[in-house]
Amino acid sequence: MRFRDSFSPASLWQGARDNLGIGVAVSGYGAVFGVLVAGKGISLAAMEAMNLFIFAGASQFIMVEMWHPRAVAAEIILAALIVNLRYMLIGASLRPLFLGRPFAHKAAGMHLVADENWAVTMNAHARDPDALSPGHLLGGGLCLAAFWHASSIAGHALGGVLPAPEVLGLDFAFTAVFLALAIGLWKGRGDVLPWLVTGVTAWAAAALLPGKWYVLIAAVAGFAVTVALHARRRSLEECRADA
Amino acid sequence: MPEILLDPLVLIIAGVAVGTYALRLGGLLLADRLPRKGAIAAGLERLPGIVLLALVVPAVTDLGLLGIVAATATAAAAILSRSPLLAMVVGAGVVAGARALGWG
Repeated sequence: MRFRDSFSPASLWQGARDNLGIGVAVSGYGAVFGVLVAGKGISLAAMEAMNLFIFAGASQFIMVEMWHPRAVAAEIILAALIVNLRYMLIGASLRPLFLGRPFAHKAAGMHLVADENWAVTMNAHARDPDALSPGHLLGGGLCLAAFWHASSIAGHALGGVLPAPEVLGLDFAFTAVFLALAIGLWKGRGDVLPWLVTGVTAWAAAALLPGKWYVLIAAVAGFAVTVALHARRRSLEECRADA
Repeated sequence: MPEILLDPLVLIIAGVAVGTYALRLGGLLLADRLPRKGAIAAGLERLPGIVLLALVVPAVTDLGLLGIVAATATAAAAILSRSPLLAMVVGAGVVAGARALGWG
């Protein structure tokens, strides 16, 4: 199978067009990201390295928020990768789209997978499974990347001109984005206890420990409670099935 | 060793870049072996939300009452509009407005 069979110009173009609307929305974050990066004193080159080689918005925000010239690299890498763990599930869900294609096509098609183009391609795939190739996904990724690069570079340039970040409330911008994204991931009443445990643990650990260790400690606590709750529910269901 | 390789920011970017690509491609290649059901799968699925919350809570409590007011406004905007971008504008706007009025 040739490269063109997976990534034909027509499929790339179709994917790019289907992601145009969401690309405009992504630009809003891109601009804010650029402003915040400049505010932390991170160079344009370093920001572009992130945009090119990582291309995962939420984790890039986390890296910039946690960054400090004397930061512990392992803490930041771990926190960013935990947030990106969902890409493993996203990757697994794309199996039907890449079925029977060579490894090189999979390797080329996965780097620019973001939440947005994944959702757009999965939607189109659900409507018409036979019409779609990985080119739709990659075309969407290229479209989003174009918006993301352009807007964050503009934000970075603007960052040097704007007043201090605190005056515009930009120090709270990270927190507000994370909170809104977290609310979007809320899965119902079963999340009440894990989120409560996560929040209280984060608060207490932040008050007691230096640095950003509270992120990992609270994540472990929240994960443990979630797994325990689901294991318990499962065994209760089995008891009922036995009775 | 060239100095640039010792820069912690370069190290962090390289680490996250390699790890994120490994997660993306690994998920696709291991699609048949990942747990799809069960308690561990449920926990993995909810982990991103949990990490985001862990980042949010201390940042909100650090700002005291202003933080709680701004977080409530942000949450309301996020739930009503379903747009994280709008929610961000509302949250940052509340903080900026309060500071302009001399609070916080």
